[in-house]
Amino acid sequence: MDRRESLKALAVGSLSVGALLTGCDDKKATEAEKKGAAGAEAYGRTPEEKERDARLMAEQFFTDGEMKTITVLTAIIIPADDRSGSAVDAGVPDFIEFIVKDQPRYQLPLRGGLRWLDVHCLKQYNKTFVECNTAQQTAVIDQIAYPEKATPETSQGVSFFNLMRNLTATGFFTSKIGIKDLGYVGNTPNEWNGVPDDVLQQYGLAYDAKTLEQCLKIEDRGKLMTWED
Amino acid sequence: MAFEIKQQGPVYDVCIVGSGAGGGMAAKILSEAGLKIALLEAGPKYDPADPEQATQLKWSWQSPRRGATTTRPFGDFDAAYGGWEIEGEPYTTKNGTQFDWFRSRMLGGRTNHWGRISLRFGPRDFKHKSYDGLGDDWPISYDDVKPYYDRVDKMIGVFGTKEGIFNEPDGYFLPPPKPRLHELMIKKAGDSLGIPVIPARLSILTRSVNKDRAPCFYCSQCNRGCTVYADFSSSSCLVKPAMKTGHVDLYTNAMAREVLTDKTGKATGVSYVDRLDLQEYQVKAKVIVLAASACESARLLLNSKSPRFPNGLANGSGVVGKYLHDSTGASRGAFLPQLMDRKRYNEDGVGGMHVYIPWWGDNKKLDFARGYHIELGGGMPMPSYGFGFGIEHLNGKYPGPDGKPKAAGGYGASLKNDYRRFYGATIGFAGRGECIAREDNYCEIDPQVVDKYGIPVLRFNYTWSDHEIKQAKHMQDTFEELIHELGGVPLGSKPGADTMYGLETPGRIIHEVGTTRMGDDPKRSVLNKYNQAHEVKNLFVVDGGAFVSQADKNPTWTIMALAIRASEYIVDELKKQNI
Repeated sequence: MDRRESLKALAVGSLSVGALLTGCDDKKATEAEKKGAAGAEAYGRTPEEKERDARLMAEQFFTDGEMKTITVLTAIIIPADDRSGSAVDAGVPDFIEFIVKDQPRYQLPLRGGLRWLDVHCLKQYNKTFVECNTAQQTAVIDQIAYPEKATPETSQGVSFFNLMRNLTATGFFTSKIGIKDLGYVGNTPNEWNGVPDDVLQQYGLAYDAKTLEQCLKIEDRGKLMTWED
Repeated sequence: MAFEIKQQGPVYDVCIVGSGAGGGMAAKILSEAGLKIALLEAGPKYDPADPEQATQLKWSWQSPRRGATTTRPFGDFDAAYGGWEIEGEPYTTKNGTQFDWFRSRMLGGRTNHWGRISLRFGPRDFKHKSYDGLGDDWPISYDDVKPYYDRVDKMIGVFGTKEGIFNEPDGYFLPPPKPRLHELMIKKAGDSLGIPVIPARLSILTRSVNKDRAPCFYCSQCNRGCTVYADFSSSSCLVKPAMKTGHVDLYTNAMAREVLTDKTGKATGVSYVDRLDLQEYQVKAKVIVLAASACESARLLLNSKSPRFPNGLANGSGVVGKYLHDSTGASRGAFLPQLMDRKRYNEDGVGGMHVYIPWWGDNKKLDFARGYHIELGGGMPMPSYGFGFGIEHLNGKYPGPDGKPKAAGGYGASLKNDYRRFYGATIGFAGRGECIAREDNYCEIDPQVVDKYGIPVLRFNYTWSDHEIKQAKHMQDTFEELIHELGGVPLGSKPGADTMYGLETPGRIIHEVGTTRMGDDPKRSVLNKYNQAHEVKNLFVVDGGAFVSQADKNPTWTIMALAIRASEYIVDELKKQNI
């Protein structure tokens, strides 16, 4: 099942996307191929853009091992809470796999950063990051997640984690789950008639008489405009 | 390999090259006058309502790159095809200078993505040399153009308010939308600083102007093209009605190569290469109208050499390509702590700002010559690629919900909540100003380089002068003044002298004009005051190339007003058999 279908499933509310994604991990390459062959999702692409999307979808950059680490990291950065699911539930690892093919400048810092993280863990615990237990993972992340508190020895890890944080946040809050979580309620036909009264009141603002006089009366929206010469 | 040059169609009355603001308007006016038109467009057909091409109301997650700018410079959902770099169509620069040239190969050209900011030039904008001694005056005045601005207003529709500001002429406006929350705050700050914040003037239909176009439904996505044609683009509002006359043959994917001339020096047609079948074609016409964009039209003229026109067509003056100038641009973002944890509601509004800041300064009291306007951003937009980047620079500076300080960066539930708290609390200011036209800012033909069609390419030479650099400094100072008055915190560090105060690379604002400027003196200008070439009576240029000077305004409204004027002059001259 591809991500599009899983999101559909979420909308129906029958299954959690997390379960679906985890269950489908092993079929990822073939799914990518299928998606590529079927053409990218319709979002107004030119023929050249469609071709490029399909090509990128069919490629694989990260190894399975790297994807495992990315999945654990994104879940640590944005976990599920009482309002919404985690970055993994929102398909962020797949987004990161795509974006590094779309913007290859990310490839080296991410691949190298993942390696840095594993070597850092090996030195401390004689284990890779995903092999570490939760307490060990937390201890390592705490060393690189706070740029202003981190020691100079971990500066490369801090840069890597900043990048992971950025990509995870962008991937999450541009997903269906994330946009809903954020409370964005636009992207739909509507009639803008100004800031709600309670919000104006909260900030001690008001539309003055001149503004109200000049601005569109929303009931006139459907009337053809004419001018007196 | 044998080449055959095929002739397309009959001998037309007019062949127009380019379907953007100028070409679209010429096609509409000339076809409605009953003339037979060939309209050449270098890109494909485009209709924002075509489901194959539409991007309006798509969600960020429908793009695998979440709307990032990888393939389209203004993001995946932006309507404009093309950009600053087009594969196989290079351009070059010289003397270590920079110029970025944005091209949009598609029906309607660059009108498909612009901000719809539709400002008339004012009386002073046409006569700036008389005012400050710099550059040149236009051969026409505001009064000459005013009737055409009036017609553009009523034909296309633009919202705004009558303000009575001398150099910001009022027009026939539609009612503007009410300001958003951050716009009310900026207006309040402007009021106390003596900086005017007035309703924006955008060509978006808050009410319809005709039955072919529906009023705006407030999705804020004009740059994606509107499926109900509530915003202006040349393809929707000009080419479409022109095609309905039945007098227009549209040639898409037709990349113009040269303007053809006969022995008497008259233009006879245009040769082009079809970008799909790569065959060579010619279209013959009695009148040639270039509207390929300022630089592309200049390139066409410079590439149209003949024994009679060894410098390029209509270029006895040597002025073609010179006096190139783009608007200045500099910007700054800010964080408004009072907007943290704000209540959610649909604040999309129209595509762009509901209020803006027109130029308010008195240059006689300043150390630079020309003004700028300020465009505003902010609100609660749909998150897309880039959302949340750099939170580690922000979330350590403000206390958490419990009032206690937090360490910058972080992870987990607390970080997740920070994104929610900071959403909708940033605003942006962008200054767009006038650059003084200079002969030594120019484009010319690169003697060594051709594009993939074998057409010699442009080479640019462009520098900013002290006037533009000092203007950018003034912008930055003003942005900070406004931000402080708002109780906000400027983002990043203030651009200083080392970066020319954040002044954008020339070409980046996509307002480049002046390359075939008009004037009364054929030695110092390419066109006369009717956009007609001094040296070739049946050749016209109706894009931004005709401008003598850019104002601190966006050029589109003036391009269209002058295109109506030139088109009606063509109809008259044809009737009188003068051309």
